[in-house]
Amino acid sequence: MTVAQSSQAMGGRRLRQRVSGMPWQAYCLVLPAVSIIVILFGGGLILAFLQSVGLLGVTTDGTFSLNAYQQALSRREFWRSLGLSLYIALTATTLSTVLSIGLAMLLRGAGRWASFACQLTLPIPHLVGIAGILLLLSPSGLLARLLFALGLISSDQAFPLLVNDAANFGVIIHFLWKEIPFMTLILLAVLRGIRPEYGMQARALGASPWQCFWHVTLPLLRPGIVSASLLVFGFIFGSFEVPFLLGATAPKTLPILVYQAFTDVDLEQRAVAIALGLILSLISIVLIALYLWLGSGKPFRHGLSSRANGRPS
Amino acid sequence: MTRNITLSLIVIVLFLPFSPLLLWSVADGWYFPQLIPDQWTLANWSAILTASTKVGEGFLQSLVIAALSTGLALLVGLPAGRALGLLDFPGKGAIKILLLLPIMVSPLATLMGIQFILIRLGLSGTMLGVVLVHLLPTIPYMTLVLSSVYANFDTGYEAQARTLGASPIQVLWQVTLPLIAPGVVVGALFAFLISWNEFLLTFFVGSGRVFTLPMVLFTSLQGGNTGVTAAIAITSILPALIFLLFSSQALSDDSAIGGLGDV
Repeated sequence: MTVAQSSQAMGGRRLRQRVSGMPWQAYCLVLPAVSIIVILFGGGLILAFLQSVGLLGVTTDGTFSLNAYQQALSRREFWRSLGLSLYIALTATTLSTVLSIGLAMLLRGAGRWASFACQLTLPIPHLVGIAGILLLLSPSGLLARLLFALGLISSDQAFPLLVNDAANFGVIIHFLWKEIPFMTLILLAVLRGIRPEYGMQARALGASPWQCFWHVTLPLLRPGIVSASLLVFGFIFGSFEVPFLLGATAPKTLPILVYQAFTDVDLEQRAVAIALGLILSLISIVLIALYLWLGSGKPFRHGLSSRANGRPS
Repeated sequence: MTRNITLSLIVIVLFLPFSPLLLWSVADGWYFPQLIPDQWTLANWSAILTASTKVGEGFLQSLVIAALSTGLALLVGLPAGRALGLLDFPGKGAIKILLLLPIMVSPLATLMGIQFILIRLGLSGTMLGVVLVHLLPTIPYMTLVLSSVYANFDTGYEAQARTLGASPIQVLWQVTLPLIAPGVVVGALFAFLISWNEFLLTFFVGSGRVFTLPMVLFTSLQGGNTGVTAAIAITSILPALIFLLFSSQALSDDSAIGGLGDV
């Protein structure tokens, strides 16, 4: 990482205007954004917590109780859902990360048309992707028709189940389709900020293209990989509509479990829903912290200006 | 050469899910195993123009909500992005994490908490309530993009304008904003699309009364006519595509997008 660090130090010195002794100015500038997030996100969490322990709500008598958590955790459904959510999020994130690194490397030397074409799925709503994948991969979908026309399957029964299937292939395919362009966009921007001289020098000193990628490019790309995969993992783990419409009917992912408890006719289930939601948030916070700690690229310590590392300006 | 072939194949695969949508939207009864519809119709498209499908209403509501939440996010994101991109101060890392929490941690618990207060304020099921919760993802993305825009901004221009006698307001309007405008466009674009595409947040606090386009599509996906669903799906892509083509120049601005790579 020494190369990356020194390049960041250079970038920092050139671009960062240090305003020493006047941090209040910075605090004033971030205050509006921070207050809105604190009020909405923090306030929402506090209200959720108060409802989950029975201090607030429609059906509560106002006494503290951990009943909702007990109910949530004692469900066998909960543990199966947790397992499923983790399986989907980890599989989809790992696959998209590896494939995005490859795609970004491919695109680095290609023309702008290719980068642009590969990012066209980026602004597409998830629901549109879901609709498209349902009509493409369902047993009577376009792909099955194509295979039938080619004589590869004899009827729609012979087509493998790819949506609403037990292994949740449809869900994972959708996330790959949607998240690879997102991660590639981020990684490509980071790649373009890396000085080509490092690679050239490594090659001049006798490194093979693979060694050059593994020992030079990948370490420099690491902060970008960590950030992008964090965003993607967090999103997939909390995603609702994709597993709801493309996933198996049972077991359900955690967010679907939360939704069903929240809309249950039995209003007492609301506290359970909220307890489940808080457990979901807690799990994602723990996983994110664990990932950051394990990766220890200390992504949060890089100043933002390090983005500009070494780009001649 | 192999690179271009590989890339073309990838692009084709990425476009595959759109093909059945396009065909279904103009197909008149398209049964297995027909590869291409026998008969074509524009009935699905004229259906979504009628009020009963709520597409027009959803389109308008989505537009208003996305525009408002983008505007608000821009308003608070500009100063925050400046501080995070240009200045060093104690607690900066913590503030960044705080601003990113809403896009990294599942919003479900928060939403159920917010819903409790929105009901009491009479904002549940109103567009204002939905705009408020849409700030949860739009502010973080906006701040992220703008902070890296500012990180590449040379404050020397501002200093020079000040020395030449410009007031702080004049500097902001005539020097700073024009210089960072391309990055601001990218940030606004991101925020607009995030709000436009948002389903879950609207679903939870809209109480079935705020019917944005994703809500219309979701309902249709759960048992509507396939052709009409396809037409609604294509309609919900349109503004995204218009915006993308309009700003393809800005989107190739790495310094703005790169901010996402340094969370």
